[in-house]
Amino acid sequence: MSVETTAGTQAVPQTSGKVKKVPLSEGARAERNLGWMLCAPAVIVMIGVTAYPVVYAIILSLQRYNLELPQAVKFIGFSNYAAVLSSPYWWQALKVTVIITVFSVGITLVLGMLLALLMHRTLFGRGTVRTAALIPYGIVTVAAAYGWQYAWTPGQGYLSAAFGNSAPLTTEISSIIVIIVAEIWKTTPFMALLLLAGLSLVPDDLQKAAKVDGATAWQRFTRITLPLMKPAILVALLFRTLDSFRIFDNIFILTNGANNTGSVSVVGYDNLFNALNLGIGSTISILIFICVAIIAFAFIKGFGTAAPGSDIGKR
Amino acid sequence: MAAVTTSAATPAPREKARTGPRTTPQQKAGWGIGNFVVIALALIPVLWMVSLSFKTPAAILDPSFLPKSWTWSNYTQILQTSQFIRPLINSIGIGLIATLIAVVLASMAAYAIARLAFPGKSVLIGMSLLIAMFPQIALVTPMFNIERSLGLFNTWPGLIIPYVAFGLPLGIYTLSAFFREIPWELEKAAKMDGATPFQAFTKVIAPLAAPGMVTTAILVFLFCWNEFLFAISFTSTTASRTAPASIAYFSGSSVFTVPTGPISAAAVVITIPIIIFVLFFQRRIVAGLTSGAVKG
Repeated sequence: MSVETTAGTQAVPQTSGKVKKVPLSEGARAERNLGWMLCAPAVIVMIGVTAYPVVYAIILSLQRYNLELPQAVKFIGFSNYAAVLSSPYWWQALKVTVIITVFSVGITLVLGMLLALLMHRTLFGRGTVRTAALIPYGIVTVAAAYGWQYAWTPGQGYLSAAFGNSAPLTTEISSIIVIIVAEIWKTTPFMALLLLAGLSLVPDDLQKAAKVDGATAWQRFTRITLPLMKPAILVALLFRTLDSFRIFDNIFILTNGANNTGSVSVVGYDNLFNALNLGIGSTISILIFICVAIIAFAFIKGFGTAAPGSDIGKR
Repeated sequence: MAAVTTSAATPAPREKARTGPRTTPQQKAGWGIGNFVVIALALIPVLWMVSLSFKTPAAILDPSFLPKSWTWSNYTQILQTSQFIRPLINSIGIGLIATLIAVVLASMAAYAIARLAFPGKSVLIGMSLLIAMFPQIALVTPMFNIERSLGLFNTWPGLIIPYVAFGLPLGIYTLSAFFREIPWELEKAAKMDGATPFQAFTKVIAPLAAPGMVTTAILVFLFCWNEFLFAISFTSTTASRTAPASIAYFSGSSVFTVPTGPISAAAVVITIPIIIFVLFFQRRIVAGLTSGAVKG
């Protein structure tokens, strides 16, 4: 708010009036052209790599298309969608995916916030903590997943031995817990990194002023830090939720979907590469995309997550 | 924004706070415990992989955390063959090139989104969100065909191009969040002093935005380094296969015995560049975005 007022008094009044009346003044046109120029390369790459495959995936989802029966390719409308949506495998996979997403993202948010605060405020060893915390994020998911798998293998892993030689990867619920733990371990640093970016935007002066005025640490956190960090939190949450919903690597290595632990992506992959059913596989992909679009819509409309550039009023 | 200017205008509380109570030993111990827990949780699974990588085939069937007998054989096994060395080079090269391109392009777009008024902005935002959300599995089959017809299959550009495309939405989203928080009064001041919009970007805003760009670069590089599905789908030989994909080939190479030792050794080797990378850059990640600019 104050920015706008200062800008208003600083700017030459004539020009601002001019811009309002004639939309394509010299400056506005230059600004528009610069905007297009700056965005063009990114747009070209993103459209080039995704637009055609996306359209192709939609077309595939409307066809009976099995690679083993290439002669039998046929347009069948929405039959693939009917087949998938009436299949218990799809709903089981969706249930597993939602459970994994809700628990891993929820716990990751809390742990990520704690980690971000620790990385931001700790009195000593800050560099060591940051480096250590970033390692799980940096490790290739596949490699980390092998580590967890071996750790939980009876007679071979330390975690299995510590839990009475248990074999959690052989039953549904314990497998899902192991998968969630692996996800949390892997993604908490990502969450913390994004939150830390928001945290570093909270001015120290405000914190100190509140402290002098007698605010407790908790009050300072809930009244100053959290409100100022809200945009960063929502962006981090949105990204983690969308990413978690597509979970693939961890499940693929840990259980490969055994004992009803397959996520929607694992089921889609199986239909694409093992059953060689491009039609059903693409249908599942499009359905995953629709689910993900609903999640994003809920975040942006429901919680007011800022899409990039959406708060133009702030200028 | 309002808050920032207010606090900058009133330096008095800051002076007071400086003379406030010093940290107590209890606080120090609390932070110390917190540090210790984080470091332990982060490192134990990694140390487990390191330990596995030094175990002999017989010792792998012993659940103790540390190996009773140590061996380098897992490492010599993977490092003697170009089946792993070459993928490692591919991973580094492809990751760095894709990151550089993605961060440059994303910075330009994010700047335009955060700062400039132009039609089509909301379309761009919607499109990047769409791509960020799209399940990669759905793109694998059509892109496999496209890459083969363009001669990109099993080449570096064949992986760099999709990595840039999927790094861009993350970059644009993260960077425009950073850019919106930058004190744009400085840009206006520069423009009033006669700078063109482009000069305002390169001389004033880019240095302020650098920490955000470093953070974004790290996120994009780690995405490329981690990526598995494309890496295994768009490559067929070590000419462009990345390290994670090559590990999956280890596990597929023997059907009856799981090559736990070599897989662990390979996992450790591909973790080392990340540790070096993070050690090198971590200080810059949180470097105050606007420190010195607003607080003056």
